[in-house]
Order: sequence, then C-alpha cells, then structure tokens
Amino acid sequence: MSARSLSPEIVIRPHVENFINWSADKPEVLVLTADLTNSCEVGKWRETYPDRYFSMGMAEQNMMGFAAGLAREGFEPWLHTFSVFLYRRPLDQLQMSVAYPNLKVRLVGFLPGIATPGGVTHQSIDDIAIMRVIPNMTVLEVGDATEVESILDVAHAIDGPVYLRMLRGEVPRLFDTPMEFNKARVLTCAGEDINEPADIVIVTSGICTEEAMRAVPAIVDRGLKVTHLHVSTLKPFSDPTVTAALASARKGVITMENHLVTGGLGSAVAEVMAENAMAVPLSRIGLNDTYAHGASLPYLLKEYQLDARALVDRAETLTGSSLSIPDSDLAQIRVAALHSEAKAEAL
Amino acid sequence: MTGQLDTSLSPKAIRSAAVMAENIRYRVFEHVMANNGGYLSQACSAAELLATLYTVANLAPLDSPKVPEPFKQVPGKNAVYLNGGDFHGEMGPDRDRIVVSPAHYALVVYAALIETGRLEASALEQFNKDGSTVEMIGAEHSPGFESTTGSLAQALSTAGGIALGRRLKGETGQVYVFMSDGEFQEGQTWEALQALAFHNLDNVRVIVDVNKGQCDGPMSEVMNIEPLSLRIRAFGCSVDSVPGHDISTLATALTRRTGKPHFVLAYTDPVRGVPVLNERSPNLHYLRFTGEEERQRYADAFAQMEDSR
Repeated sequence: MSARSLSPEIVIRPHVENFINWSADKPEVLVLTADLTNSCEVGKWRETYPDRYFSMGMAEQNMMGFAAGLAREGFEPWLHTFSVFLYRRPLDQLQMSVAYPNLKVRLVGFLPGIATPGGVTHQSIDDIAIMRVIPNMTVLEVGDATEVESILDVAHAIDGPVYLRMLRGEVPRLFDTPMEFNKARVLTCAGEDINEPADIVIVTSGICTEEAMRAVPAIVDRGLKVTHLHVSTLKPFSDPTVTAALASARKGVITMENHLVTGGLGSAVAEVMAENAMAVPLSRIGLNDTYAHGASLPYLLKEYQLDARALVDRAETLTGSSLSIPDSDLAQIRVAALHSEAKAEAL
Repeated sequence: MTGQLDTSLSPKAIRSAAVMAENIRYRVFEHVMANNGGYLSQACSAAELLATLYTVANLAPLDSPKVPEPFKQVPGKNAVYLNGGDFHGEMGPDRDRIVVSPAHYALVVYAALIETGRLEASALEQFNKDGSTVEMIGAEHSPGFESTTGSLAQALSTAGGIALGRRLKGETGQVYVFMSDGEFQEGQTWEALQALAFHNLDNVRVIVDVNKGQCDGPMSEVMNIEPLSLRIRAFGCSVDSVPGHDISTLATALTRRTGKPHFVLAYTDPVRGVPVLNERSPNLHYLRFTGEEERQRYADAFAQMEDSR
C-alpha cells in the first residue's frame, strides 16, 4: 500500500474578494458587524462599500433587532461575527425579531465548532443543534473554499433567515463545483449509482469532510465498500440522495461533524433513518456531551476523536473487522501556523 | 496597608506597585517578542491598574507561587476541575475577591500574578500551548480567573451575584471586578448596573481600563460609550474618573467608601511604556508583526526597555 497524500490548494481568505465582487450588483446587501470586522474578513468590504456597512459595536442582541428592522425595509443584512455570538447571547432576539417573521437576514458565523484556540467561549459546538430547531431557519455549512464562495448565492436565494457556518483564513479547495441547496456531494460511491449496496455509508460536514477524505481511500483499499457524502445543507435535510445513500448501507452509517453529536448532522441522519425504518446501526462522530477548551485544531481533533484516525476506528468497530491502516496511509494533516498571515486578526 | 477601605497607599507601597507595573509590562513585552505577537497594548494600558488592584485587595497570601496544572477536563458531574481563583488564595469572610472580566487580558493577568508571587514565572511558557490551562483567552481553569468570561460583559452580573451572596452570608470582604471599556457596549453591562444599584450592592468595586480602543479600532468610531461617568451615575452607582497610571490616585479611588456600587474609570494610555506601538494606533487590539522590519523595531524597543531597568 502506498502512502497517500491529500494536498488540496490552500486558498487564503476566500471570502474577502469574493464577497466584495458578489455584492457589487446587489445594493440591498448590507453588512453589520459587532467589533469583529477584520476577524470576519469584511474589513475590505467596509472600505469598498462604506455606505452599506454598519458598525453595531459589541452589542449582538441589539444588532439582531436592527437587522430585523432593515430586513423589514427591504434590505438584506449580512451579519458577520463569530458563530457563538450569533445564537448564544441574542437567541431570543434572533427567534422573535428575525425568525418568527421569516426575515431575510443572513447570519454569517465564523470559527465553527472547535476550529479556534479561543477556548470554550469562542467554540460554537451547539450552533447547528440550536439553529436547526428554529422554525423558518435554513442552516448551511461550508467545507471548502469553493463553498465559501458559492454559499452566497445559495443563501441569497432563500426567502427567510439563513445561518451560514463559515470558514476564514487558510481554507482548502476540495471541490470544483459550486454548493447547491439541499444537495449532498457524493465524494465516494460504493457502486455505479447511489442505490447500490455499501458496507458503510459515511456522511460528513464542514471541516470533518477533509478529515474523512484522508481516511476513506485507505478504508476502500482494505476492501470495504464505502459511500461518502458531504452535506452542506443541514436544514432542510430532505435530499433524496442522502436518503438513498443511507438506505444502501448494509453494515452501518457513520456521521462525522465538528459539533456535538446531539442535534447536528448525526441527529439529522438519525431522524431520516428512523423515519424510513432503516435497520442498520448509526455511529456518530463528534463531541460527546462535553465542552472543549483552548488548543490548536489538530490537537483538539485528536483529543476529541474527530480526525481521520477516529473514522478508521469507527469503521472497524462498525464492520467488526480490523483494517490495519497505519498512520502513513492517512494523508498528512495540514497545520496552519498560529500567526499565519491569513489570520486576519486575533480573537 | 492593604485590605482597608478609605485608604491611601504609603510611599513605599506606591513604589512597590510601580515596580510591579513596570515588570508586568516588561514580562508581557518579553513574551510577545518571543512569540512573534500577542496582546501587548493591554499590558501598556492596564499594568498600573492591575498592580494597584492586587495591592489594595485583601487576598490570602500563598506559601509559594503556584505552578499551573495541565488542563484535565471541563466542569461536569464528578469532574476534577481546578478553579483559577485558587491563585487568589484561600477565600474567607473578610477576604476580597477579584473577578476578571475581559478574558483576552489573560496574559497581563498572568504577568500580574507572577509579580505578586502567586504564579510561577515559568507558567508563561505554557501560554496558549496545547493541553495547558494558561490559555490565551482565559477560562475558569486559567490562573486568576474565577469565572469564564471570554464572552464579554458577563462577569459583572456574576460578580453581582457573588456580592449579594456574600452580603446574605454576612461577609465583609469586597468584590473587585476588572473590566474593559468595550464591555459597556453590551446591554448586559447596563442590566448589571441597574441591578447592582437596585440591590445596593456597595461591596462591588469595579475598575475599568478605559483605553478607548477595541478590536475594530477606536471605540468612538465603532460605537460610542461616552459620557461614561454620567451614564453610570445616572444608573445609580458612584464613579471616580482617574488618570489610569497614577497608582496613588487609583488606590484612593478604588477603596473610597460611597455607599453605592462603585466604579473607577481609569483613563489609560494604550501605548504606555512602548511608544513604538503608536505606529499602529489606533489598531492596537492584537500585535502581529507585518514583517521582519517591524519585528526589528519592536526588538529595539524591547532592548531599550531592558536597558532602562
């Protein structure tokens, strides 16, 4: 077996220029921030469109209300801040002022899950669970630079509030086609089409997809039939491709997400499986009823067993077979420098 | 004397606090140079403020500086969780408490703990390292942090609860809260003020680093909070506005008995002691060198500080 390498192109701050260009012919698009403008890669946007940028200060509850008012007046506010600050403190305002009246407010949240050294206060490990239960809310998550770019059109087309779980800084380009609404990507297919039986079906989202892509080829090499899907629309969760793939699983399904295993992708998959009476085991990879702490991403991925190795371990448990995959067969983990130039600002 | 209200520091205590402040600044600068960046301006503005706070507060002494334990687990059922408040010594009815609100000042707080003999100096080597409790953004397992406050403007409310609880228990110790001025943009801060005043919690003493800056730049351009002293007073609390690097004035203001929840607005210079930072003004929130040339200018400035010690 040869060592593999997954060496995607690394795009530096894909949101910066893309969002500026995209906004050029959309005068209704406004940006509101809460003291994290450069940190959320809209510092240059502010310079380009100073009349459409509004600094709301560190006051997220109030920002939510202003966004609601602007949306009622026909504007499309794009709130940029860290994910945690979009739903924890201002949850009531988000629900009553924005979600209930189904307003076109775009909530762009950065530093998803444990992808920040800022520790518990900066780690949005429960955002998808909370956003997913809010009526009228649409929940999207990017897994690569192409999705950072194409999520804008997807969100813009939705009549109602949208939560965008975004990435910043150095982002790998894994996909060459744009994100599509409520449509999973089939990254690996066990057969000719999605209905053909697979030993295991792996469903991943966000940065966990890159981790899974390191492990899947090695698992396939060992003779297991694998179907691997990447999901970018977490609500609604009604893509027929996902349902068909889940139905094709013979030994089981594994989900993998940068989030608690409760309420997010793993729960969404469980709901589909239960509603369709799919009688195979489901194994959910994610944080297990725990907060995390401040450390580097590779360290935390390993500590909380969210990495490529964790996926191999789960596949072994689920299939009851030993795959004997050495670390050298799992593609190299990318390590972003702490003070890399791509990091717009500290926390 | 420390731990007394309505007190003024002796010339000796002032000199000692001044040395402490200079050392805090030096230690943080040294760390920032060694790590190619960090929260430097916060040390410039808050060094005297923290030195004074740790001088006037009545904290139980430690036998020796503590070595921070590695991170074990988050709080939970049957979890062994170490609280950063342990670095403030054993609690007691007449002991004061210090609650740190702006968790991104962690490096400065750690330096202050080192200077007061509460934290082993080597602890800074663990700063922002994987598996360490000496986190970049302090959580309540981090030295000096009683509560988790990295989501800003939450500590004052918690401190209000602590103060209320202590009053119910008949405790006489004060609850000091260290805040940053940006936190006065959050609505919760004002909810806290109204409750502190409503419940007459005059055992709460807040010291604010008014450095007029925040992550996005000057506060006046991000979201104005002035006139801060008038606003606070209108909410029913007492206020002293003082020059933030004058230890004697800071100490007097911090310990002044007013019969109300008391706020000391320490107007500070965010480049104090490190004038080279002026080049970046007003974007001072976090220092990351743009290149070797800039790094060298800071290295020179650091050498100069070292020479003058």
